[in-house]
Amino acid sequence: MSEAFMGSGRLPAAFMSPGTSSFVDFLSQVSPDRLPNLAGLPSDGSPAHLTPEATTIVALVFSGGVVLAGDRRATSGNVIANRDMDKLFRTDEFSAVAIAGAAGIGIELAKLFQVELEHYEKREGRPLSLEGKANRLATMIRSNLGLAMQGFVVVPLLVGYDTARGEGRIFSYDPVGGCYEEHRYHSIGSGSVYAKGALKKLYRDDLTETDAALAALQALYDAADDDSATGGPDLHRKIYPLVDVITEDGHRRMSAEEVESLAQTVVAGRAERPDGPTAPVR
Amino acid sequence: MPFYVSPEQIMKDKADYARKGIARGRSAVVLQYDGGILFVADNMSRTLHKISELYDRVAFAAVGRYNEFENLRLAGVRFADMHGYTYDRSDVTGQMLANAYAQTLGAVFTESSKPWEVEIVVGEVGDSPDTDQIYRITFDGSVVDEHDFLAMGGSAERVTAALRERYVKNMSLTEALRVAVHGLAHENGERRELQAASLEVAVLERSRPHRKFRRIQGDRLVRMLEEAGAADETAAEQTPEDGGATDGV
Repeated sequence: MSEAFMGSGRLPAAFMSPGTSSFVDFLSQVSPDRLPNLAGLPSDGSPAHLTPEATTIVALVFSGGVVLAGDRRATSGNVIANRDMDKLFRTDEFSAVAIAGAAGIGIELAKLFQVELEHYEKREGRPLSLEGKANRLATMIRSNLGLAMQGFVVVPLLVGYDTARGEGRIFSYDPVGGCYEEHRYHSIGSGSVYAKGALKKLYRDDLTETDAALAALQALYDAADDDSATGGPDLHRKIYPLVDVITEDGHRRMSAEEVESLAQTVVAGRAERPDGPTAPVR
Repeated sequence: MPFYVSPEQIMKDKADYARKGIARGRSAVVLQYDGGILFVADNMSRTLHKISELYDRVAFAAVGRYNEFENLRLAGVRFADMHGYTYDRSDVTGQMLANAYAQTLGAVFTESSKPWEVEIVVGEVGDSPDTDQIYRITFDGSVVDEHDFLAMGGSAERVTAALRERYVKNMSLTEALRVAVHGLAHENGERRELQAASLEVAVLERSRPHRKFRRIQGDRLVRMLEEAGAADETAAEQTPEDGGATDGV
């Protein structure tokens, strides 16, 4: 049992005070050592090699929702640290977060954000608005600035279905905690420049859910094609990108079979045309 | 003039005080059904809840003084979230929460002059009905491990008796709701009509992914109550025949 409960076994006074609706604030009062914060770290030399990083995440909205997709590779320098990593996190019924940057800190941040949203929902009896979620994540990143300056940069991408507006939305962040709403599509991570180029050409306003997932896989293929830190579809090991879809019905992770068949389509297409689908010149 | 009151008398007075406080409020019932655990409370308010989610598989129901059980609910949510974040989501259990509540209520009962006028239930839905856990924790910190069904608050004994009449293991959700409403309608000896607006209903649904807790409200609750009501009428029509047959035997 945690330190806070040592002794009498009864719930400590801090637990019974009305206090805040924020789990992070509560934890920082009661047990700050549990928060991902390595503030006391020596600043000489970059400790960034301590955690694997790099990735490509893409997100695009379609009529009725939003698709979030990520490759599976984690790298440590020029070594592939992990081939089947999961960088997408369902944070609640109508939102998901993907992370790029320092993996160790990023995963912790996503997990903490998930608890934060749930905690608020349970306390207040209703979930935060999508803007509220986006702003809350910005604050959490900002409080990580010290870590970012030591090389543990984490940049998340938040996607969600806005139940008030009835549409999918995408929010991107910078390491300082700036929050920017992206329109239609966005990509983060080391291969994002290539992925964004692909999305720019493939994006249409009338994409269906499957089209959107396919466009995301095409963009990830292009990112993996040109960025060594992004993993492409691994046909032999059957490791394919992960795809999350959020609609009015909530969050759904596409099944492995579904993604496999879409990925096979992309790979088969590339066998014909290695540079992928093209947009009309005029 | 020095005077002495025995510890027995102090405890007895406190217990009487708490019981009286709890008996002033309306009841709540908890029942196992084939797909999980059903919580129903007689509650006019749509915003001040007697039933709520504590964690993925764990829910909370309470009767008594709102500010006191809300305090406990809040502490439970914090406790569960903190434990789940520190270790793993699967490490948060109903038993752990029940123990924390029992210790807290026990300490309040013995240490402070005014005991808390609350009775609470912590329910955890398992992978099968055998692994469901329901704990009832009373104002003095005692814990009872319950099965099938239970009632607390107002006139819990009458409600329990009404539940016992009709409860069957592995009922469907609609049937369980029917039994629960039948039980709550027997409170205070009177027979009341309970409408959707005065009921707070929630379930821990075994088959639900991620978080098992779900409120049943609005149109869905009205529909379910209508179904249950229809079943009730059929049952009422059959009862005289059944009664006749029994008399004949």
